[in-house]
Amino acid sequence: MSFIPGQPVTAVVQRIEIQKLRQGGNLILGFSIGGGIDQDPGQNPFSEDKSDKGIYVTRISPGGPAEVAGLRMGDKIMQVNGWDMTMVTHDQARKKLTREKEDVVRLLITRKSLEEVVSQSKGRNPRP
Amino acid sequence: MDTESTHSGYSSRSGRSNRHGDRSRERHKATSSKDSSRSERSVVINPPDTPSQDSPVHNEETRGEEDDNWGETTTAVTGTSELSVSQEEVVGLGKEIQDRTQSFRRYLPLVVGSCVGLLVLATPLVFLLLPAVMWPDRPQTCDTACEGLFLSISFKILMLLVAIWALFLRPSRACLPRVCVYRAFLTTLTLLLTMSYWLFYGVRILDAQDEDYQGIVQFAVSLVDSQLFVHYLAVVLLELRHLRPCYSVCVIRSTDGETRHYNIGQLSIQRAALSILEYYYRDFPLHNPALLSASKHRAAKHLAGLKVYNVDGYDGNQSRSTAPPAAKRKDNAHNELYYEEADYERRVRKRRARLVVAVEEAFTHVRRMKKEDENATPSDIMDVHEAALAVFPSMARAMQKYLRTTRRQHCHTMESIQKHLAFCLVNNMSPKAFLEAYLAPGPTLQYGPERWMADQWTLISEASVTSAIKEGTEFLLKCLDFSLAVTVKSIPYIRLTEEYIDPKLHKFILLLQSETSV
Repeated sequence: MSFIPGQPVTAVVQRIEIQKLRQGGNLILGFSIGGGIDQDPGQNPFSEDKSDKGIYVTRISPGGPAEVAGLRMGDKIMQVNGWDMTMVTHDQARKKLTREKEDVVRLLITRKSLEEVVSQSKGRNPRP
Repeated sequence: MDTESTHSGYSSRSGRSNRHGDRSRERHKATSSKDSSRSERSVVINPPDTPSQDSPVHNEETRGEEDDNWGETTTAVTGTSELSVSQEEVVGLGKEIQDRTQSFRRYLPLVVGSCVGLLVLATPLVFLLLPAVMWPDRPQTCDTACEGLFLSISFKILMLLVAIWALFLRPSRACLPRVCVYRAFLTTLTLLLTMSYWLFYGVRILDAQDEDYQGIVQFAVSLVDSQLFVHYLAVVLLELRHLRPCYSVCVIRSTDGETRHYNIGQLSIQRAALSILEYYYRDFPLHNPALLSASKHRAAKHLAGLKVYNVDGYDGNQSRSTAPPAAKRKDNAHNELYYEEADYERRVRKRRARLVVAVEEAFTHVRRMKKEDENATPSDIMDVHEAALAVFPSMARAMQKYLRTTRRQHCHTMESIQKHLAFCLVNNMSPKAFLEAYLAPGPTLQYGPERWMADQWTLISEASVTSAIKEGTEFLLKCLDFSLAVTVKSIPYIRLTEEYIDPKLHKFILLLQSETSV
């Protein structure tokens, strides 16, 4: 999940669609995010490369919409409803996720296990 | 001729009490009129005037007769007179005359103060004793309350005696050009008070032959009380008023631009000048004319290179026109300055390094005598002056070379260096501590009295020197070859507001790696 500056980022991503839940007047998604280009990347427990300033999922509230949709802790969010999340500040990411007018968010997330699955399947069925 | 006017001016002025008055302003007008007829290097010497402090008594009397004659008798020594008198000689002349009048001038306020003080202290006692003396046959009835008043009056007179001595009878630390307005006011007030009490006493008590002795005693007590209050007023006016700082003065030395800033309180111009001079002797490094010659050489060279023509109003004989200076000459001047200064720095640093090493080696040759050295030969045991003399030659050459390079060799004589060395040895100082006195120029008081020039100061001011200083006041303190330009600014009015923050409101969150739930 590290990136080489100047080169396009390539990653294996999973599409996750979360329905927002209305709870007490707010629309909530049921997870917490951490990271951002204005934050300290060295303290991120989930990133492989400690200079990665992307948005990571740090906590999932059990039984919430995110867990139901398949989001897991430690996922890196690459896109939210088409908006890029790899080079945003923490507050911009929060805003993109908590828009009042949208009650569905479609995330593109990536995690280490996805890469491994792909490389394993590549290994079992090598392309000619 | 000039020299005759020199001597005549001094002899006609000696012995008279001088009023400085408007003299400083008028002297300037005279010198400017004389300057047109003489060369620019005329110097006005005015020692007999400057250190005089006038007593209130002589103030008004002598003002009229002085100002008539000073125009002819102002002395000036030009550099071009054939019998050139050197500056030091003329100053020396002034000093002798001054010494004769100095003791008179210095102690006059003391004499006046003690006379007034005696009058003030004796008056209540005289009030009490006169009835007993004048009418010895009448019994002076004095009951307990009255005798209690005797006790109080004696203690109050004692306190008044000490207070008058503390405030008025101490030797003054300087001679100011004009009398202090507040002192004159207070003396007048005291005399007025005493006179009015005497008047009352004479008319109502002596003439009417009042029998009530207790009333007389109470009258005397009230006099002493009023005088104590006048003394309180004196303390406030003379001592307390100038303690609270409300002006900031900027003092710039004219020759090398040394600048200092000080805070002073409400003062008259002459007293402010006095405080500033005391700070000058403490803070400003010694004035060294040898360091200023370089810029004068540069200016002289620049002028010598130009041929100057005046194209309007004159014919060809006296024509001076400005020829454009060659461009390369200008380049050379600042180039020269740069390399000269770099070279000078290097030379000073080299000499300094040699001096430091020489002094450190010299200090290793001598140490304090310990117990076991008591058995050593007597010729080896020396007292501190002999030790200094023995150790000095090894560092003398390096020291002299360094002082020559920094052009301070005239400030330190061999004896003074040896004395300082002895002082450092006695007080167990390190070589670095000994050297600090020579590496940088210290305040003027550090050097001998011949450098102080304490009696050569002139105060030049547009406003009257007894007026109070205010925002924008400027005056000049001139010494022999440099002057101090003083400007006054008031300290800004500070408006301080308060804000209360409850200590419980100090709460913090860590922002690095924040986590937001969405």
